[in-house]
Amino acid sequence: MEAAVIVKDLTKVYGETTAVDVVSFSVNQGEIFGLIGPDGAGKTSIFRVLTTLLLPDGGSATVDGFDVVKDYSQIRSRVGYMPGKFSLYQDLSVEENLNFFATLFNTTIKENYHLIKDIYVQLESFKTRRAGKLSGGMKQKLALCCALIHKPTVLFLDEPTTGVDPVSRKEFWEMLKQLKAQNITIVVSTPYMDEANLCDRIALIQGGKLLSVNTPGNIIKAYPDQLYAIKADNMHALLKILNGYDEVLASYAFGEFAHASFKNKAVDLEGVKSYLTKKDLTGLELKKTGATIEDSFIKLLKD
Amino acid sequence: MGETVIKTDKLTKRFGDFIAADEITFEVEKGEIFGFLGANGAGKTTAMRMLCGLSIPSSGSATIAGFDVYKQTEQIKRNIGYMSQKFSLYEDLTVIENIKFFGGIYGLTDLQIKTKSDELLHNLGLKQEAKKLVASLPLGWKQKLSFSVAVLHEPKIVFLDEPTGGVDPVTRRQFWDLIYNAADRGVTIFVTTHYMDEAEYCNRISLMVDGKIKALDTPRNLKNTFGVETMDEVFYKLARGAKRGD
Repeated sequence: MEAAVIVKDLTKVYGETTAVDVVSFSVNQGEIFGLIGPDGAGKTSIFRVLTTLLLPDGGSATVDGFDVVKDYSQIRSRVGYMPGKFSLYQDLSVEENLNFFATLFNTTIKENYHLIKDIYVQLESFKTRRAGKLSGGMKQKLALCCALIHKPTVLFLDEPTTGVDPVSRKEFWEMLKQLKAQNITIVVSTPYMDEANLCDRIALIQGGKLLSVNTPGNIIKAYPDQLYAIKADNMHALLKILNGYDEVLASYAFGEFAHASFKNKAVDLEGVKSYLTKKDLTGLELKKTGATIEDSFIKLLKD
Repeated sequence: MGETVIKTDKLTKRFGDFIAADEITFEVEKGEIFGFLGANGAGKTTAMRMLCGLSIPSSGSATIAGFDVYKQTEQIKRNIGYMSQKFSLYEDLTVIENIKFFGGIYGLTDLQIKTKSDELLHNLGLKQEAKKLVASLPLGWKQKLSFSVAVLHEPKIVFLDEPTGGVDPVTRRQFWDLIYNAADRGVTIFVTTHYMDEAEYCNRISLMVDGKIKALDTPRNLKNTFGVETMDEVFYKLARGAKRGD
């Protein structure tokens, strides 16, 4: 089966800034592919090239087998795109916006209603409300409906969950899972590392370069060091002490614990504990722990 | 008990029939890192605006650094720092121009500004970038600079509204080092975030749902109370039933 998206040596330059720096990856049909990285990593530029809104400065890309430069009109009629910034018509109602997008793509709400049904029912009681007057969560749902109404083969979602609270983020990912079940390929970007686990495959991106492309499971498996989770009553003191501790390879805060790896693979945990106790730390807890995507990202950034 | 720097009692803000903040009551001590969490639309921004002296409450009372939120809003503004992801620095000014501008706004003398800006540029390793436009800095640097500017005048309290949104995991941690250091100097930190690991770094957390404070305790006690392992689950348990969106 041909890949839904193929990106080869893609480069995008703005003046002196190389936003996308010789990036290559491909997205299989029907998978949820995540571009994971902070603001300014180049995610939006990649999305805009793939949706034919921006011309690349180097390299090439295809979506559904169509070239992003030559075949832009075919791509535009096939893909759905939800930009990071809300870009529906604020002065049109919920229903009018949806109708407008359906009409643009020569279809009707009725024809593809099955695709948006689960999402749209949550909006139906507001269907006469102007889009500009909707809550953030509702706007996001409407934007997703509008991106879906022409039954796209590939759906591009640029940071759909940024600034969204954890409960709404969870709900949004539930919706994506249902869309995947309908065989729509989804390319989604996010700065939240915890969302990486919800993708089939991910690309970690920073400064316009890909750090790694793989399944979340394989990225975690490739983590080279044994990590330890360490807890103390005074987190700030613990972090400072770990930072200045000779035996430590890397250490940083990780929620209620600090994560640390040690230079010596056969580290003497009792020795570590007594060192930390001598530094007046109380409430110490020390245990082995597995790496997460965020640990992998930190490791890759530091290398 | 330390010195109380934020004290609210049944603080309420109504917009017509809509009660954005509904009788919120809490206290924050000097040097504390206080996490102010809630779902989108729960009323966090409204509450924060009242605490910063930018919005007059409908009822209830509050004092910020000892000043009344109804009558002493100008004194409040002089004693706090504020930073949000949406607005922080002037992109078209250079790093040093921003520092001078905000130093001036906060009423520092030229000499104080000179001393403070040298110190700030040194601490952040930004000496080489002093004459660059803020627009040209990576986001993470902007956020660190913006925080340092917000505490330039050594305010009693600094309000941080989602300061780390979209920032990479390494810079996010460097940002929290700045927060810890400020707290060690006695600056009270009042912070909102959607990152639940950051909630763990706070001394205490309040969680707002539909305008009300539904829980307020240390992260450890909250997890114990709800019988869960992570702050994410605490948030989910409390906010899942929220009726309001933003």
